[in-house]
Amino acid sequence: MKFGVLQFPGSCDDVDALLAARRVGDAELLWHGERDLGGADAIVVPGGFSYGDYLRAGAIARFSPVMESVIEFAGDGGLVLGICNGFQVLCEAQLLPGALLGNANRRFTCRQLALEVVNADTAFTRACVGGEELSVPAKHSWGRYYAEPETLRAMEESGQVVLRYAPAQNFNGSLHDIAGVCNEAGNVFGLMPHPEHAVEELTGSTDGLKIFQSMRLAVEGAQV
Amino acid sequence: MRARVLIRPKSGILDPQGIAVERALPALGFSGVANVHVGRLVELDVEDAAQLEPMCEKLLANPLVEDYEIIVD
Repeated sequence: MKFGVLQFPGSCDDVDALLAARRVGDAELLWHGERDLGGADAIVVPGGFSYGDYLRAGAIARFSPVMESVIEFAGDGGLVLGICNGFQVLCEAQLLPGALLGNANRRFTCRQLALEVVNADTAFTRACVGGEELSVPAKHSWGRYYAEPETLRAMEESGQVVLRYAPAQNFNGSLHDIAGVCNEAGNVFGLMPHPEHAVEELTGSTDGLKIFQSMRLAVEGAQV
Repeated sequence: MRARVLIRPKSGILDPQGIAVERALPALGFSGVANVHVGRLVELDVEDAAQLEPMCEKLLANPLVEDYEIIVD
């Protein structure tokens, strides 16, 4: 099982994502200017400030050469995980519904959060139990999830709301307390908190590994 | 030709920047200020003004959360 971790100019959590992925499989970095995904079984779009967040977070990264291949890969059912800025990139690419807006508290906020697993029946959460709480940090200024009311209703009904901020944890003002969503097909998932920063007891939690482990289970299950 | 594109947060969507400015102004002694919204201005030279709208739809604005207004000088 091989993860491909994208690297844009301005990515800053690419290496943490790479090292987290290597705890559950092979992983390599994929440069934004290349179109070759190196035979990766799953793609991680990491956190950071791709292309300086110019214009809007993710707006320019979304048109990079590597993203053309990622869009095709996702269209063929490949697993794509977007973390923080990666989530913003996937929304801009319309691989995921909605958009991420400036935090309601108007501040860059960095804190360890409790997340509720709303849907454990996805390729990204199958190593979790429904209703389980995950302890994962978040750190962002632009993480307020927004989608139109009809879209939100449809997402809630179809299980696309995968993770929610636990009560009193939604600092950014996301609608429906949404922390992570998947697409209708279930093979593209984005979240604002950082599972790749929660893989080591030394830093307080290993709950983030469950996201990467779930992806491995999904890829290997599909290969059997 | 010279063009300007004004990009605004859609009405009805919380605009924390606008709220922050609206609260800051009275603190500086400016009274009677309401409905402050903060957006972006993109200025550009274009040969074909017909391209401005697709540019906005594709890149300059996110039509899900932003309205845009094209002004050609």
